[in-house]
Amino acid sequence: MSDPLVKISGLTKAFGDVEVLKGIDLEINTGQVVSLIGPSGSGKTTLLRCINYLVEYDDGSVLIDGQEIAHKDTGNGTRQPRSERELSAIRAQVGMVFQLFYLYPHLSAIENVTLGLTKVRKLPKAQAQSMAEAWLERVGLSDKMNNMPSELSGGQQQRVGIARAVAMEPKVLLLDEITSALDPELVGEVLAVVQSLAKEGMTMIVVTHEMTFARDVGNRVVFMDEGRVVADGLPSEVLDNPENERLRTFLSRLNPHLALEK
Amino acid sequence: MEVAFNALPFLMEGLWVTVKVTAIVVAISLVVGVVMGVVLTYGSAWVRWPIRLYTDFIRGIPVLVLIFFAYYGLPAIGLNLDNFTAAVTALTAFKIAHVIETTRGAIQSIHQGQTEAGKAIGLPFWDRMIYIIFPQAVRRFLPPWINTVADAAKGSALVSLIGVVDLMLAMQKVIGRTFEPMPIYLLGAVIYFLINYSLSLSSRRLEKQFSYSLEK
Repeated sequence: MSDPLVKISGLTKAFGDVEVLKGIDLEINTGQVVSLIGPSGSGKTTLLRCINYLVEYDDGSVLIDGQEIAHKDTGNGTRQPRSERELSAIRAQVGMVFQLFYLYPHLSAIENVTLGLTKVRKLPKAQAQSMAEAWLERVGLSDKMNNMPSELSGGQQQRVGIARAVAMEPKVLLLDEITSALDPELVGEVLAVVQSLAKEGMTMIVVTHEMTFARDVGNRVVFMDEGRVVADGLPSEVLDNPENERLRTFLSRLNPHLALEK
Repeated sequence: MEVAFNALPFLMEGLWVTVKVTAIVVAISLVVGVVMGVVLTYGSAWVRWPIRLYTDFIRGIPVLVLIFFAYYGLPAIGLNLDNFTAAVTALTAFKIAHVIETTRGAIQSIHQGQTEAGKAIGLPFWDRMIYIIFPQAVRRFLPPWINTVADAAKGSALVSLIGVVDLMLAMQKVIGRTFEPMPIYLLGAVIYFLINYSLSLSSRRLEKQFSYSLEK
């Protein structure tokens, strides 16, 4: 058994007096697609954002492919914060797609994708260009490459967001409620892209409210409540036969008719 | 009108001083102000509070007081500046405070998500600044900054009060000799107007150049 790709141990985070994460332990292996679900305020988005250190956690550790993201060992047992360069280099191995896209509005669709390729991965311009074209084609935007983000629909913007993240060839992709800001009729086109990435074996951690999506795409479901992991297992185990009371309540709120069947 | 016409070469010498003062003040305050503005936005508390103190203090003082202080006050601590240097120093110190504030405001108007999106693809701090934050912030920076430049051009007239022969003092000297205030002041007004009008024209052009949305 190889080491997990993402290893989270004893992770805690408080915003002021509010403890958002109360000790999370989670191991994610290469090729897993983990759906992270839970009521709002359960800490799932905070957990996701700790994985690439957009949220600076208080205690515990996050290891990406064996490297702690925020600190390095000095050898004598103490740990020391990573420099901006080291932190950035590890972040480059972790892709993220945001709820509100956060495309760079001053750059065209293709420039959004090439920026990281040329400035972070230091690829030659021509190579970055052809890779970005390939990814934008892959997400169905070959005719919109030179459009500015303001000229694209929400679904199109989010697909650029995905292309921007996967073009970096990350080891793991973090998706933060990527369809919740979209009009319902645009959700499908974005989820289809994610589904095809999953089929190719991309490791993903997906915070989502779409239970059907969590079931279809995820090969593992993690349910969080009040800063803790409450249930963790196969989608069928977690979603169909919820043993935990809180999880049952959560699922029944999403799907009232299921609660009636019980 | 003939008086004004005859005085023109002399007034042009004054105008040249006005332009020089403005250009030096604008250039130095731009560089120093932007750097300090970035520090004020992202620096630790220890570097932030002196800058905060500086901007609040300087902006609370009439610029004329600063000019007098630089010229009449600084010699008390052994710093003897000639009137041109004193005037430029005081105006620059004043403008730096405004550029710092303009920079901070422009950067903070950019959504936090832009920084996060830059971090997420692995761009370190200065790369995020150069490729993501500055290109967006410059649009918000330009309009208030051009106002600052126009203010500097007009405010430079105050240097005449410590004897720097700029356009303003040149006009007064001509009036003192000819007792013809009306045509001279009229001509002076036209010159100041032309400076500021050309500034606002170029500002509009700059803003268009830096816009990146649909209207381009």
